[in-house]
Amino acid sequence: MEGFKTLLYKECLRFWKVGFQTVLSPVLNAVLYLLIFGHVLEDHVQPFPGVNYTAFLVPGLVMMTVLQNAFANSSSSLIQSKITGNIVFVLLPPISYREFYSAYVLAAVLRGSLCGIGVLLAALPFAHLPFAEPLWIVAFTLIGGAFLASLGVIAGIWADKFDQLAAFQNFLIMPLTMLSGVFYSIHSLPAFWQGVSHFNPFFFMIDGFRYGFFGVSDVSPWASLGVITVCFVVLAAITLQMLARGYKLRA
Amino acid sequence: MSPAIRIAGVTKRFRSLQALAGVDLEVAQGEFFGLLGPNGAGKTTLISSLAGLARPDSGTLEVMGHDVVRDYRAARLALGVVPQELVFDPFFNVREMLRIQSGYFGIRNNDDWIDEILHHLDLTEKASSNMRMLSGGMKRRALVAQALVHRPPVIVLDEPTAGVDVELRHGLWQFIRKLNQDGHTIVLTTHYLEEAESLCGRIAMLKAGRIVALDTTANLLQRFASHTLQVRLAAPVVVPPELAARVQSRDGLQWVLGFDNFDEVGQLLAGLKSAGAEIVDMALGKPDLEQVFVGVMNQN
Repeated sequence: MEGFKTLLYKECLRFWKVGFQTVLSPVLNAVLYLLIFGHVLEDHVQPFPGVNYTAFLVPGLVMMTVLQNAFANSSSSLIQSKITGNIVFVLLPPISYREFYSAYVLAAVLRGSLCGIGVLLAALPFAHLPFAEPLWIVAFTLIGGAFLASLGVIAGIWADKFDQLAAFQNFLIMPLTMLSGVFYSIHSLPAFWQGVSHFNPFFFMIDGFRYGFFGVSDVSPWASLGVITVCFVVLAAITLQMLARGYKLRA
Repeated sequence: MSPAIRIAGVTKRFRSLQALAGVDLEVAQGEFFGLLGPNGAGKTTLISSLAGLARPDSGTLEVMGHDVVRDYRAARLALGVVPQELVFDPFFNVREMLRIQSGYFGIRNNDDWIDEILHHLDLTEKASSNMRMLSGGMKRRALVAQALVHRPPVIVLDEPTAGVDVELRHGLWQFIRKLNQDGHTIVLTTHYLEEAESLCGRIAMLKAGRIVALDTTANLLQRFASHTLQVRLAAPVVVPPELAARVQSRDGLQWVLGFDNFDEVGQLLAGLKSAGAEIVDMALGKPDLEQVFVGVMNQN
């Protein structure tokens, strides 16, 4: 247990030591999105009855920040350790693959949550957020963050160079995030694209998270939670299997 | 008492390369053991298998009686490894790194022992320095410190003195010797054969994934090495037939002749004189591990 706690502490300390890059930068990015999109679209779009566009946008941006940073934390930490070779310091001690997985995922969820809270605090002066169902906010933050953190562990282990990791991030994570309803309600899309959106797990994370703020969503939060939970369990099982086999870590 | 290390029938293949081709080896507790071999012989693969960094295709490995796969926690607690590569985590200073490494091994509040290691490795003044700021030799010693934080009974040093200057190397060996005297088992791989000769009580030589020699250092020296007479001649001469078997090497006018007893030196000099050789410089050499290494590798 001490090994797990230390690895978790080390992973948190690692991102905290470069907080400008790992926490403040993502918060600033999200706030810029909020100011620009909010200014341009505020008077033209009302996604839900009684909810203005800026308020609608805030939960989407918060969740997008949580997800992207959870992925970035586990993936970048692992690939850096692999490329510099210091991954041996984690592989030599008696740390089980489950402890290894739990520490990387939990640290990534913590960074994602910290960034999300930063975006939320920065956005509060710009939008009225009723926080209708706060438990849903917490639930989707944790499960969504853990899903992306797991994906980050897979990407960090699989990628042999930073270029491959960037491809994973830019060609998979970024499009799925941007097309998940962060900036729009899927009810504004044609029927075909509404259907396609239902194959994007990120859509359920954003939609369920947003339900926590307004009490309204495109699909039932229970359905979203179910989809995300199943996706997470499958992904966690794959990741744990990779770690148990020592895939690309133990020759 | 179980051996410090027991390796039985270990094989490992990387695609077409047979890195380990059936290695059997036991190292007793308290030994200072040398693992030698040319590059690519399988030394690092064997150490990696022992440390759980690589998984052998077949065979078993134990550290202090604990199987490195089935009982990996106990095996890893008993083992400290100084890796060959000069790796470090650029986010942390030396003390943070050692505290973190202690925590990985389940140890909290390890500062007293960390201070002692830092003192012995002459790193006390660098405890608050980021790893990036250390010289190559200091990084190497910090790696040694990392391997020792959990006081492992078995310590494996994979080329620990590569890139370390003579003075620091001397200090490092003093500390490692002290650890050995205190009861730690030391396994050393190095390309500095004179270090292995002076430190190791027993030596295994690996070639192409197989152990081709395994004995005490004294026995290896006796079996494979001889005293040498090194002479520099004034002018080229033909090797006299009676000395042909004694000539170990000839580099222009520089000859090296082997002998077992000092009584034979007179015969060698007489042979050279009868061949018309004029000696301008001469020296005697003791049997050394380099001769053993070359002899063993050429035999196999």
